[in-house]
This record gives sequence, structure tokens and C-alpha cells, in this order.
Amino acid sequence: MTDTTATTGHRKGRRISLHVLGPVLALIALVILGASLNSNFLSYGNVTNVLARSAFIGIIAVGMTFVITAGGIDLSVGSMAAFVAGVMIMAMNAMIPTLGVGVSLVMAGMAVALVTGFSAGLINGFLISKVGIEAFIVTLGSMGIYRSLTTWLADGGTLSLNFDARSFYRPVYYDGLFGIAWPIIVFALVAILGELAMRKTPFGRHCAALGANEQVAKYSAVKVDRVRMATYVLLGMLVGVATIMYVPRLGSASGSTGVLWELEAIAAVIIGGTVLKGGFGRVWGTVVGVLILSLIDNILNLASIVSPYLNGAIQGVIVILAVVLQREGKSAD
Amino acid sequence: MKRRDIFKGAALGLALAAGPVAAQDESYTIGVAIPSATHGFMGGLNYHARAAIERLEATYPQLEFVLATAGDAAKMVNDIEDMVATRDIDALVVLPFESEPLTSPVQAVKEQGVWVTVVDRGLSVEGIEDLYVAGDNTGFGRVAGEYFAETLGEGDNIVVLRGIPTTLDNERVDAFNAAIEGSGINVLDMQHGNWNRDDAFNVMQDFLSKYDDIDAVWAADDDMAVGVLEAIDQAGRSGDMWVVGGAGMKEIIQRMMDGDPMLPVNVTYPPAQIATAIELTALGLVSATPVAGRFIIGSQRITPENAEQYYFPDSPF
Repeated sequence: MTDTTATTGHRKGRRISLHVLGPVLALIALVILGASLNSNFLSYGNVTNVLARSAFIGIIAVGMTFVITAGGIDLSVGSMAAFVAGVMIMAMNAMIPTLGVGVSLVMAGMAVALVTGFSAGLINGFLISKVGIEAFIVTLGSMGIYRSLTTWLADGGTLSLNFDARSFYRPVYYDGLFGIAWPIIVFALVAILGELAMRKTPFGRHCAALGANEQVAKYSAVKVDRVRMATYVLLGMLVGVATIMYVPRLGSASGSTGVLWELEAIAAVIIGGTVLKGGFGRVWGTVVGVLILSLIDNILNLASIVSPYLNGAIQGVIVILAVVLQREGKSAD
Repeated sequence: MKRRDIFKGAALGLALAAGPVAAQDESYTIGVAIPSATHGFMGGLNYHARAAIERLEATYPQLEFVLATAGDAAKMVNDIEDMVATRDIDALVVLPFESEPLTSPVQAVKEQGVWVTVVDRGLSVEGIEDLYVAGDNTGFGRVAGEYFAETLGEGDNIVVLRGIPTTLDNERVDAFNAAIEGSGINVLDMQHGNWNRDDAFNVMQDFLSKYDDIDAVWAADDDMAVGVLEAIDQAGRSGDMWVVGGAGMKEIIQRMMDGDPMLPVNVTYPPAQIATAIELTALGLVSATPVAGRFIIGSQRITPENAEQYYFPDSPF
């Protein structure tokens, strides 16, 4: 029954003001703060840096928006990204003798990343929707599994991509189209497609229905298991996409790759206005959330106004403030 | 307070009785508890621990080893308790995950008459361990600082990447600051890169946006140096500055051997210190060689000329 979502959507429509504007206001405030603290803040180089480094978390957070909207959670994405990166690097190194260094090698590497991400998401989704284990537990478990598999693959050290292959693959992170870096383009595409999928497709509506009330969704002929599984598979694929952009940056992966990415992605989703209990999701809000998180880091580095020991505290305060602004709008109803 | 003193006295007596005794036909078990290989340095440490154990088992058939790696302090405590309860160890070599939570469990082991060797991170109560083996954090900062002071002069600008906020990091940075004091070098900024490649990459990108004139970078760790070098390369400023990392990661040492002008020197902080600790402990058990005391492994300057001695191609770090 789409009744629940329809009502929610309607109510949102009426009280659009603060609830929607909260994170956007926070973002604008941060941009003004940054620009006033340092004249290089709005320079082409710095803007590119910030957007490009947001891309990894951003691409993952778009997928996380669907998972959370459908009432789930995925704690394994950071470890999964490290694992996918490790597998991708090892596969590419192994394929150099047969494929040589060239476009086909990079394509094969990308395919490996997508397939690994897909499979990892499928396993999470299967255990959660078919076997019926709590998402928190499944993904907490797989978080540990992927993390230690990565450490094991790297033998406790770092997996590095072959030097020539890396030089060839490097432009995927550092170059771009019309002066816009590839990670930014991919992030934008993923965000736009995600927004469309959430707003305009049955899949988006089914996610919201499932997150709002599983029983009602089931009686409304939503294939609950399949939708839930699809959200985790989609997220796994997007982890693969993020990894494809990540590997050319430093050409390496280790046990410390992607640590706490899951929390950053989840925080970005919530800052953006998606409800943690599920039932309502907003992809563009997630994008704003991701930008807020990486801007805070950037501003703290550029400004060095406070002791670096306090960076974490300032981040925490801004994250909470962004959500408080949003909740004030909501508490009116 | 009093009870503790009595225990200490008892422990000392026991230690004297059960300490290293030279008896060739007797067999001994040595427990080794170290953090698991979650990042480059610990990966190297795990490798050297395994290598040392293999070597010693071949040399001394009467020695047996129990190796346990732990991902957190609580698991390390459990591992140590298990070693004492089920394997009846004669000596314990431990790199405490954290000083505070490991202090009383290790003290309890000591009170049962087991020889205790502590590596790298000290316990929070002094005098528990029989042997202390560690790298030289003060020296690590000082040796790097001395190179900066020798090479740079009045008005040159540097930036510094720090590790995870810890006392260890503070000791290094304080020693570095002391070494460059009076040289007129201008430290533009210090931020935490958390000994992590990605974090260091981001911090360095921001330093490069913020400052037009940087002459050198103290990255303080080779994992961070990798991220720093990449950020400098991206900004197209490779000719403008050089980078000093630390700990001697094999990829960095390799580049130094190839004569990379951006990596003039490096400073050691060897993960192989665990091998020193295990070897000395074993030596104390199988012979009458006195090994009690403190063994601080100096931090040395690696240059392109002597880099080959510090290159371990088989180690993961």
C-alpha cells in the first residue's frame, strides 16, 4: 500500500521550508566560512580536490541512501571497498602478462571490481532478505571478514598495482573532461541516476514503502525480499564503482584502506535528510551531506584556526547542527 | 598499596628463582603476543616475529614458541592468560596493544615467575618487565630534524604531517622541533595524517592549496610519504620540494636506491625490533648470557648510499 508514503510525501510538501533547507543552509554557511578564511578556498584546484575526494564516499552514500530508505543498514562498505580494491589490484597484476598494459587491462580490472562488489552485495543481501538475519549483524560480520581478508591478501602489508599499469590507469582519477575530473563526473552521474531512481521509478517507491512498513508493503504486492536484496546488490556495485575511481589515485590498498567509510557514508545519508528508520530517502540530500563532511575537513586544514586535536570535535558539532536545523522543521508537525 | 609491595617482592623472588637458568636438556616455551597486522608497520613486525621464531626453533630444538596476534587490547589480555594457563610459558614477549589495559595482566604473569620482555610500548607501571626493547622515538624526530637543519636555512618553509595523536607522536614531534630550533626554518603548518596514505594525501593537497612556497615536507612515516608524494605530483610541484618519511618501507627505500631526488633521506624505526626482543629472550633462557635491562634501538639516517642495507624485499613493509 503506497498510502503511507503518499501521506509522508504530502506532509513534506507542505512543510518544505526548514526540513529541506537545513543541510543546504549548513553547506552554504560552510562555503562562506571557507571563502572568508582562505582566498584559495574557491580556487579551481581546491574545489576540484574537495569534490574529487568526496566522490568515493559520495558514490557509496548514494547506494547507502537506498539501503537505509528500505529500512536496512550496511556497515561493511568501508571494508568491502578495501577488499574490492585489493582483489582488483591483484587481478590486474596477474593479468598483465596476458593482456599487456593497456585499455583492455583497465577494462578487465574494472569488470573485476564490479563483479566483486556485486557478489559481496549479493551475499549481504541474500543473508539479510532470504535467510532473514538482522542487517546490522550480517554487515557487522562481513565488515570484519572483508577487513581481515584484505589484510590477509596483502600479507599484513600493502598491495600495490604494477608501476606501468598504474601510470596508464592514473588519468582515471587525475584527468577529466572539459576540466572536470573523472571522479566528479562519475559521482554526478551516479547522483543524478540515483535521484531519478528514487523519485521516478517503482524501485524507489518500493524502497520507501518497504522502509515505512514492511507488512503493508507486502500486502501491496511489493516483492519485499527482492527489493531488499536489490538495495544491497546496488550498494555493492556502487562500492565497485567507487573502488574503480579510488585505485588509480594511490595505486594501492591495505588493511587501513576505507576505514570508517561506512560511518561517513551513513552520516552523509542522515545529514541529507533520509530517515534512519527508513521510509523516506533523498539522494540529493545525501550529496549535500557528503559535501558538508568533506568541506569540514578541507576548511580545518586550510584554516588551522584551532588545534588539530580538536578537528574531530568540530566535525561532530557541525554534523549534529546540520541535523538539528532539519529536525526543527520537522518537529513543527 | 602494601599488598602490592608484598606481591612485588614475591614476584622479584620468584623471578630470580625462575629466571634464565642454563640447563641444556631442559625445554622452554616462549609466548609472543603482538598486535595483528592491520597496517604496514605491524605487517612488517608480524613478518619479523615469524621469521625470528622459525630461525630460533631451528637453532634451539629445546625451545617452543606460542605466537598470538590480537586486534584489540582485550583479546591480547585473553591470549596472554591462555598462554599462562594452558601452555605454561617460561617467558613472555609482549608488544602491549595499549599500555594501561595490559599493565596489570602482564604484572600478574610476572608474579607467576614468568620472564617478561616488553617491546616498543612501555607498561604504565615501571619495573614489571625484565627486559625492555624499543625503538627510539626521540631519536626518530631528532635525526629527521637534524637533516632539515643541515640542509635548509633561514626563511625556508616546511610543512609537517603528524601521526595519530599519541604520546609516541608527541615525542617525535618535540624532538624534531628541538632539532630545528635556531635554524630559522619556518614551520608553516602541522596537521595529523594519522599514518595513513589517504589522509596524508588529503592533508597534503590542502597544504599545497594553502601555501605557494614549500621547500620540504616532514611526512614522518613512509605510508604518509606515499600519499604526500602523490599529492605533490598531482599539483605539478615535484621540482619544488623534497620529502622525508620514516620507518624504512621497502618501496620508499627502493626509490632512494634509484636516486629519487624527492627522497633524500629516511629515518629507521625498525619493525624488526620484535626479532631483537625474541632473540634476546631466547638467549637468556638457553644460556647464562645476561639479557635483563633496557635495549633501545637507535634511529639511523638512511641515505641513498647506505639504503641497500635497509632493503628487505621479502618483508611486506
